[in-house]
Amino acid sequence: MKSLAELAAIKEKMKDKVVLREGSGEIRVVVGMATCGIAAGARPVLNAFVEKVNEAGLSEKVTVSQTGCIGVCQFEPVVEIFEAGKEKVTYIKMTAEKAAEVVEKHLKGGEVIQEYTISNAIS
Amino acid sequence: MKELSLNILDIAMNSVKAGATKVEIRLTETGNRLELTFTDNGCGMTEEQVNSVTDPFFTTRTTRKVGMGIPFLKLAAEQTGGSFAIQSETGERHGTVTTATFYTDHIDFTPLGDIVSSVSTLIRGSPDIRWVFAHETPNGAVALDTDELKAVLGDVPLDNYEVVKWIEEYLRESYAEVNQNET
Repeated sequence: MKSLAELAAIKEKMKDKVVLREGSGEIRVVVGMATCGIAAGARPVLNAFVEKVNEAGLSEKVTVSQTGCIGVCQFEPVVEIFEAGKEKVTYIKMTAEKAAEVVEKHLKGGEVIQEYTISNAIS
Repeated sequence: MKELSLNILDIAMNSVKAGATKVEIRLTETGNRLELTFTDNGCGMTEEQVNSVTDPFFTTRTTRKVGMGIPFLKLAAEQTGGSFAIQSETGERHGTVTTATFYTDHIDFTPLGDIVSSVSTLIRGSPDIRWVFAHETPNGAVALDTDELKAVLGDVPLDNYEVVKWIEEYLRESYAEVNQNET
């Protein structure tokens, strides 16, 4: 059974690390988690981003956060990626699988997956 | 919503948006009856707003003209023969209590689904809120109060990856134990 002692161990381990709570803010991944997003499947998408970013060792560079409705409910689950000095990228109709791909190709490799973006859907 | 836990995630977000510092989510199962209660100390709503929240064409959002969260929960409860109620205060003792009751043996009862994922998503998304989660069943209870975790963690934030993992595993283990007691 999980015990509070394990939490104390996590705290101990973190002591030596600088707590980069906001990440260094280089890249921000924002998942829409309003009613529209949640109903369309945003919860597993958000969790996939958190998992994969951590697995890829990107947690210092990438922050994953939640937001409300940005007004394009028909395209939910919507994920926006903000990177300093670059144009915002909006991915639409996301799934956990697509999220893993975005972490690999975009966040790690620096290459936007055009096929999944909103500009691909409306052009 | 495909899972009741998604409604729960969605409705609890209202408390976050209302600026609550404490949010309690309680599930109480007795026989075929499930009561779900959200209690927050957020800004609360005026009487007019309370009367409008079950109207899908009412929302305080500016990004769209509909607000489906509360209507979805109300529908999910009422379609099982259950009920829905909301009480709110804007004064000194501000806050909102939202209650929905369900009959779990009704064919239109939406399964609870991955409640652990919803709770951990809420904690990770708003680590500064005190989250109290309690699920009581005839076979045992699952409970979590983030204040107890904070007392151990000190300045390590609740949205730390390993802390969230611990929370998820703790809840999953608690649920496994409850399910084991089921006869």
